[in-house]
Amino acid sequence: MAKHDLNPLTALGHDLPEVIAIGPYLIKERFDVALASVAMRRGRDKDLAKAAKAAGVPLPAPARAEIVTPYSAFWVAPEMWIVEADFGSHEDIAGHLKLVLGDAASITEQTDAWVRFDISAADLSPLLERLSNLDLASLPIGYASRTVIEHLGAYLIKRRETEVTLYGPRASAQSLLHALEVTAKSVI
Amino acid sequence: MIINHPILGPRDAQEFVYLGDANLINRPDGLTASPQEMHDYVYLRTNPAGEHRELWYHEQGDRSWLVVTRNTVTHEITKVELARDVARQMGRSK
Repeated sequence: MAKHDLNPLTALGHDLPEVIAIGPYLIKERFDVALASVAMRRGRDKDLAKAAKAAGVPLPAPARAEIVTPYSAFWVAPEMWIVEADFGSHEDIAGHLKLVLGDAASITEQTDAWVRFDISAADLSPLLERLSNLDLASLPIGYASRTVIEHLGAYLIKRRETEVTLYGPRASAQSLLHALEVTAKSVI
Repeated sequence: MIINHPILGPRDAQEFVYLGDANLINRPDGLTASPQEMHDYVYLRTNPAGEHRELWYHEQGDRSWLVVTRNTVTHEITKVELARDVARQMGRSK
């Protein structure tokens, strides 16, 4: 095997994830999460539900996220989810899932396709109501949906009243962060 | 305009992309259809002033295709279904 000494980079191109505080808003880049998409194969509802239950992979209802260990998941489309796990223990998340879910679902690795920002503040509404047409204040905890932020399609998960996760396209990581920063600065 | 998504509830039309007449679901079998039938499927659309069934794609949402029944005069939306369910009811996509 070729010898190399390459270092992994975060979505923003650095060695370590960025943490940015703007007024009350704390924006944390996360790169310790492995992702995979799980799409049910047609007619395999029962097989998939059974295998997922046995393996502890949650398959939440539409527009919901479920956070458990080692696997968390959020709904993205009918019969399709994105599963999250700790990168340290599940770097090969697609391989792990294929083992437990078998051919009841189609699985693709998504880890390096997204940039993840965890945003926290006592009140996130002033920031997010300017960025997305989801009405954050009225959404229940555990809500997950795709939305548009500036021109970018992103997934928003409401983890707590004071914390949301955004997954945006990794290739536009800096643009998404820019949108968050500019908006946060304008509302503080 | 608000589209009442059958799974996700009311969503802004901004999140959707419009494709056109829902009759696109009824593609004739390319191996048996006559050239005339294929031509009519590809090129001919009715353009009603009134109730119209059309395909919308929830691009910035759950990426589902919908069949939206909309009045083209008043923009009133009377029915929204998953295109998948509509197609299967018609015996397609088995």
